[in-house]
Amino acid sequence: MRTDPLRLEQLTRTWSDAPGLWGFLTTVDHKRIAARYIVTALLLMFLAGMLALDMRWQLSTAENTRMGPQLFNESFSLHGSTMLFLVSVPVMEAMALWLVPLMLGTRNMAFPRLGAFSFWLYLGGVLTLWVGHALDVTPDLGWFEYPPLSGPAYSPGHRADIWAQMITFTEVAALAASVNVAVTILKMRPPGMTLARMPVFLWAMLIASLMTILSMPAIMLVTSMLIADRLVSTHFFSPAGGGDVLLFQHLFWFFGHPEVYIIFIPATGFVSQIVETFSRRKLFGHLVVVLAIMAIGTLAFGLWVHHMFAVGLPRLGNNFYTAASMAIALPAGLQIFCWIATMWSGRLWLATPMLWVIGFVATFVIGGLSGIMTASAALDLQLTDSYFIVAHFHYVLVGGAMFPLFGAFCYWYPKATGRLMSERWGRWAFGLIVGGFNLGFFPMHILGLLGMPRRVYTYPASMGWETLNQVATAGSVISVIGGLVFVANALWSFWRGAPAGADPWNGSTLEWAGLSPSPPYNLGYTPEVDSLTPLWTERSELRAFDGIAVDRREVLVTSVTNATPLYRQKSAAPSIWPLLSALAVTAMFIGSIFTPWAVAVGAIPIAVALTGWFWPQRDRVKTGPFRATA
Amino acid sequence: MRPPVVLFGSVGLAGCSGIQSPLAPGGHEADALFSLFTLMMIVCGAIYLLVMAGLGWSLWRVYRRRVTARVGTADDRVLERGVGVAAAVIVVGLTVLIVGSFLADRALFAARGQDAMVVRVTGHQWWWRIQYRDPVTGRWIETANELHLPAGRTARLVLSAADVIHSFWVPNVAGKLDMIPGRRNLLDVTPHREGWFRGQCAEFCGAQHAHMAFDVKVESPAAFDAWLAGQARQAAAAKDPLSVRGAAIFGGPCAACHVVRGNPTGGRAGPDLTHFASRRSIAAGTLSMTRGNIQGWIAQPQASKPGTSMPAVPLPPADANAVAHYLATLR
Repeated sequence: MRTDPLRLEQLTRTWSDAPGLWGFLTTVDHKRIAARYIVTALLLMFLAGMLALDMRWQLSTAENTRMGPQLFNESFSLHGSTMLFLVSVPVMEAMALWLVPLMLGTRNMAFPRLGAFSFWLYLGGVLTLWVGHALDVTPDLGWFEYPPLSGPAYSPGHRADIWAQMITFTEVAALAASVNVAVTILKMRPPGMTLARMPVFLWAMLIASLMTILSMPAIMLVTSMLIADRLVSTHFFSPAGGGDVLLFQHLFWFFGHPEVYIIFIPATGFVSQIVETFSRRKLFGHLVVVLAIMAIGTLAFGLWVHHMFAVGLPRLGNNFYTAASMAIALPAGLQIFCWIATMWSGRLWLATPMLWVIGFVATFVIGGLSGIMTASAALDLQLTDSYFIVAHFHYVLVGGAMFPLFGAFCYWYPKATGRLMSERWGRWAFGLIVGGFNLGFFPMHILGLLGMPRRVYTYPASMGWETLNQVATAGSVISVIGGLVFVANALWSFWRGAPAGADPWNGSTLEWAGLSPSPPYNLGYTPEVDSLTPLWTERSELRAFDGIAVDRREVLVTSVTNATPLYRQKSAAPSIWPLLSALAVTAMFIGSIFTPWAVAVGAIPIAVALTGWFWPQRDRVKTGPFRATA
Repeated sequence: MRPPVVLFGSVGLAGCSGIQSPLAPGGHEADALFSLFTLMMIVCGAIYLLVMAGLGWSLWRVYRRRVTARVGTADDRVLERGVGVAAAVIVVGLTVLIVGSFLADRALFAARGQDAMVVRVTGHQWWWRIQYRDPVTGRWIETANELHLPAGRTARLVLSAADVIHSFWVPNVAGKLDMIPGRRNLLDVTPHREGWFRGQCAEFCGAQHAHMAFDVKVESPAAFDAWLAGQARQAAAAKDPLSVRGAAIFGGPCAACHVVRGNPTGGRAGPDLTHFASRRSIAAGTLSMTRGNIQGWIAQPQASKPGTSMPAVPLPPADANAVAHYLATLR
């Protein structure tokens, strides 16, 4: 693509935010919003990690009285709720918000203001949980709060309400982000990027977003029912009032299981892009990998009952869910074989992002296989709710999603900041985190098989669990040190790292075509694409598609299947209304913890804010037919 | 039968009593699950080695051969075959495991059609109410926090909960099953190895989830019958003066929640204490049964089990001593 300085200057003027605080509050730039999302999530990961370290310290000696039961129960509840609802899911959406428009070579998301709204509402959820924690209203019943324990009879006060409402926040934010990502991927691809020529990361984010849209309503429903039980005595979950406690579990896991894949599938997208770039060949089995993602996304909705094998449901059904759960190992295995085949046949470059992929395969496969064990309705009766399960889900979530995320962070860091991270410190961080993680969590499998249940704040010395717990604590300390090295490397490189240039890794996809860091408008021209790896063609320059305005915010909309250009679409300008709407929604959500009237009264400011947001802004006489231009 | 134990044993079982472990089965149900676990370890271990071999091979090629050839279609056809074979291995492995899981599941329910001794176990925050049917009178005999089972006979445990969800888990005997308010779950157990085991609540149930354990004794049918006959009896009347005084004090604040059959006491909110001192531990596995621990528990229950429903009863030391003395006589 040619670079015309005047054009780029004009684009910068058009797409820049206002300077200063006003620009900060009103921005709809997907990169700024995503960066906020990612930084917030990483900060929370640090805080929740500190909670984990605190719990490991407590468990490293038997009959330890350093923490009482209340503090320990709050710690694991806050750790789990933060990691699942405020870190893992949002950080994947944030990566999509940042990366999807870049990888599509478009200028912004389909709904720029919805992106801003999503972040502000997510922040509301973060503050609800953590300000609540500062005020000692910390949820203390785990990351899934089963009634009747979480019902009004056994959990007076507002701890459970804070938890349930934090979920409402994050799920509205997640739905907003997912709709945005799905529409952007389907309608704003560059000309020529047919569905068949879509990089795996975009497929992964599309499927994960659709899964979010289908599964999140279940959890919003169930937490709303819980709040209704607690606030207005609806008795959905109280057996004495004709309710059923298992209804909660079904609805929760109908969301909760797909959620695991909503976290994992974006990670497979990261891995596919990293493997392709660092093997320096086209991804082997692109079609197989994409079909595997679809298969996982579909199967994920048919196996929520494997979280409930011990509740005593009918056996025939349980065996169906066993088969469905084990079947997911086939598409997941196919993906892994395709990545290994790509590495095998390529010319591998073992830079840090690739190291993370190798750490991911070695660790995640253990989690996948322990998942096969727990998928058995029979064997799960010995494994569920023991430390074996704790080990299993940390292997799949940390090994399967966080390691690829760290790899993705190293991979796209130069594009986001314009600088390279230190490879040397990157290798140190990799070694410490992966080594420490495995040292910390592998012994937990054995602890579970020695009978240690999860969520116990202490245990008798006679059980013989002490040594392995100490090994686990040592491993956690090592991986936290690795995490600090990782963060230090990222911060140091931000100011002192070597300049990266546009394409330091010789990447294959469109985000590497533009400048690093990406300017507000992303690419100077809308590119035209004729292959899966548009930057690896023989041609020296991408073909550009012109005709999109540079003096006003305009994007190209294309058809869903073939990405045929359809029309030019006005892209929303910066606005304060998403922030005000999020504030109004926040007030209503928090108020409804205390009184049902908040739902009615709180709807008024929301209506006002949304009216402001959607107020029609048509250009009237200035460009209309009534005034002829001279 | 024991490869996984050997595998994990080097680190794990060293210093462990193995009284709460699925790796040391002592019942038919736990046996079936242990065999399934062994099968799983073999198949999953083989799959892990397969994947790691592929990964290692690709890395080895980088270091040893310095592969430089740009990719061609011929190369990819080899890869397709390789991936196909690996996928076939996975499918075969999964099929074996699904069938194995199904058969193990059937084994767990093999006794369902037969007659069995019924034992009611009810979960409370944070203790276990246990009731046997008296073979003579047909009435329910109540005890708490200690389950006795006859070896070689199937017991049908009727599991329910009085407040929140708990989960009944004695890993050496069988897998866990939840105790759910408003529902009733049946668990058939057929222990065959005599000895003491330990069970623990496996579903988070509030502040003292960690201290909701119980002892399990599997004994010969004769010994079991003798034990049950003993449990059916009322408590012996207090004999020495200290016990008499203790019994009288017990009839005050303690009797609001606890019952000692034979003593005119009637509370049902807490565990039945009729044969309290015959048990192995106090407060659902929190403390071992010693005279000192009994008195310590009465004086300061919140110190060893913070959050327990048992209040600290402010008794003068002499009275506390008398109550502890009385309780220690309830064998």
